Amino acid sequence: MVQGKAILDIRDLYVWFRVYEGLSKVLDGVSLHVQEGERVGLVGETGCGKTVAMKAAMGILRSPPAQFPQGEVLLAGHDVLRMTPLEILKMKGRTISMIFQDPLSSLNPVFTVGQQIFDVIRYGRRRTSDGGRLTKAKLKRAAIEALTSVRLPDPERILKLYPLELSGGMRQRMLIAMALVNRPRLLVADEPGTALDVTIQAQILALLKALVNEAGIAVLLITHDLGVVREMAERVYIMYAGQIAGEGAATEIFDDPKHPYTQGLLSSVPRLTGGVLAEGIPGTVPDYTEAPPGCRFYPRCPHKMERCTQQKPPLVEISPQRHVACYLYSGGTSE
Amino acid sequence: MNEPILSVENLVKYFPVHSGLLHKIVGHVKAVDDISFDVQEGEIFGLVGESGSGKSTVAKTIVQLYGLTGGTINFKGKNISAMTKQTAKWFRREVQMVFQDPKSSLNPRRSIASTLEDPLIIYGIGKSRREREERIRTLLGQVEMSSRYMYKYPSALSGGQRQRIAIARALAVNPSFLALDEPTSALDVSVQAKLIGLFVKLKEELTLSYLFITHNLSLVRTIATRAAVMYVGRIYELGPIELLFHHPIHPYTKTLIAAAPVVTRDEERVKPRQMSKEGEIPSPVNPPSGCAFHPRCSVAQSRCSEALPSPVEIERGHFVWCHQAEEFAASERVNV
Repeated sequence: MVQGKAILDIRDLYVWFRVYEGLSKVLDGVSLHVQEGERVGLVGETGCGKTVAMKAAMGILRSPPAQFPQGEVLLAGHDVLRMTPLEILKMKGRTISMIFQDPLSSLNPVFTVGQQIFDVIRYGRRRTSDGGRLTKAKLKRAAIEALTSVRLPDPERILKLYPLELSGGMRQRMLIAMALVNRPRLLVADEPGTALDVTIQAQILALLKALVNEAGIAVLLITHDLGVVREMAERVYIMYAGQIAGEGAATEIFDDPKHPYTQGLLSSVPRLTGGVLAEGIPGTVPDYTEAPPGCRFYPRCPHKMERCTQQKPPLVEISPQRHVACYLYSGGTSE
Repeated sequence: MNEPILSVENLVKYFPVHSGLLHKIVGHVKAVDDISFDVQEGEIFGLVGESGSGKSTVAKTIVQLYGLTGGTINFKGKNISAMTKQTAKWFRREVQMVFQDPKSSLNPRRSIASTLEDPLIIYGIGKSRREREERIRTLLGQVEMSSRYMYKYPSALSGGQRQRIAIARALAVNPSFLALDEPTSALDVSVQAKLIGLFVKLKEELTLSYLFITHNLSLVRTIATRAAVMYVGRIYELGPIELLFHHPIHPYTKTLIAAAPVVTRDEERVKPRQMSKEGEIPSPVNPPSGCAFHPRCSVAQSRCSEALPSPVEIERGHFVWCHQAEEFAASERVNV
């Protein structure tokens, strides 16, 4: 399944949390990989575990409170779950970096744009091999270059401004500049542009796509917006209640959804071409402390079978590079 | 056409900007600047626009959460800014609003029953406690919720359920018109689809009319019969929904539709060519002169920055506020 070099490889990951009601089994055997230079989307609705998966990949989910009963997370070949906080810190910025949904809350309001970008550059270049001392002039030049690359007008002036003085679109551009300035190998983008208006979001996504393509940076895009994923990602994982429901090329999944959840989800999206909207998916996401055994989607599934309630369907290949975790498609092979 | 249930004429709403020690007024946020539209009986009228376009202000002015700076609003033939105390009470029963975020529009410390009982007490619906309880059960049934939720608190409900309670609260007084301000934007698509189904069902069952405000173009395409596109306080295009989406004339409408993320190839095919250069949404405190879209418009001419465009009726009921509307419409016809 894995060809080329995987920059991120999550293998059969389980993540549990001890909560008041009991043991909340959030991730239930999630496998996901991102190749060097590839744009991958992870789609799911609120509470499906995408943020937990992302935090695990970033190494910012610590144990406790999280428990990792099984699985591993390989970031550039190193197991993040077994790294010390210092080792993880060293990977940040240069191997992996991140863009958050809300640009305002991920910027410090009391420092100027310049101070915050300088920090990031200084941090990233501290251990570079080029040896040269990072002078103030060099720092400024690098920062201006970064701001220019995200097409922020008049970067010299923007360096002196505070985040509050920028518009939402400009802040998101600044975050992208900060995330990419140290040339990471993997960029994790959590709902980028969701807080923005459509016309601005379209600008930001086009910019992000151009920048990562040019620099060959891999992207893991985490979002609930199916339209955004279709535009941005080459390959897509559909996640439901801590399980991967399906995986495949974005065009294939959107043109011909296989998993009943994916079908339900796609039919719930209103269309620009109009037409009557489907009735959504009945029921709600299960409680993770008493998640249904087997396929977690079966209580809401129109095609549920006896087997679905007993054993989790494996992710099987139904066509080249296309995987679905559903007994509808693995009827003959699993018994 | 019949007498519209709601007609808005030249509505203006400015908010003063204060500054300094003496709190002097230094300017105005021109949230809504001279807009007119009407909503027919039984219609779902969509109002689309990005943030800062003034669409929520329109709704809040209609339900009288804000007083208006200028213009008139007529509801069922009555001017709502010149109402007697009695008609005001009637109006507030007739027109209700549902807000975007059900988490902040429901009181977390009051049970569902108590939240729904308030409007019943205020308007004297149901004489005894038992009658009101019966009414609350009916309301919950109307929004497809079990009556066992009556004594629960909002924190025990999911986002979709909370929004259903907000809808039930709006329906409690038997309104005929609902202003829905992004009622599904905070929800997941599968939940949104269910709520949209509910809105359509309620409209038929209770003969309601809606003003449906959203930034989601695909959603307005799906639910509305007519819609208006707003940008920085003004309407730039208004018309029947099919015309608006299949033959958009205004460069801003085209830009907006082109920018909408879509999930199918069919939708990609109907997208117009993007008409906007880079650029930000201007501030309504100091909007650009003339047509507010001209700094971002790729086909802007000098007159666009000088004068406000006047409306051009391209087809029956399809209005465009653009200096070049006729030309665009003509080239559209050639292409079709």
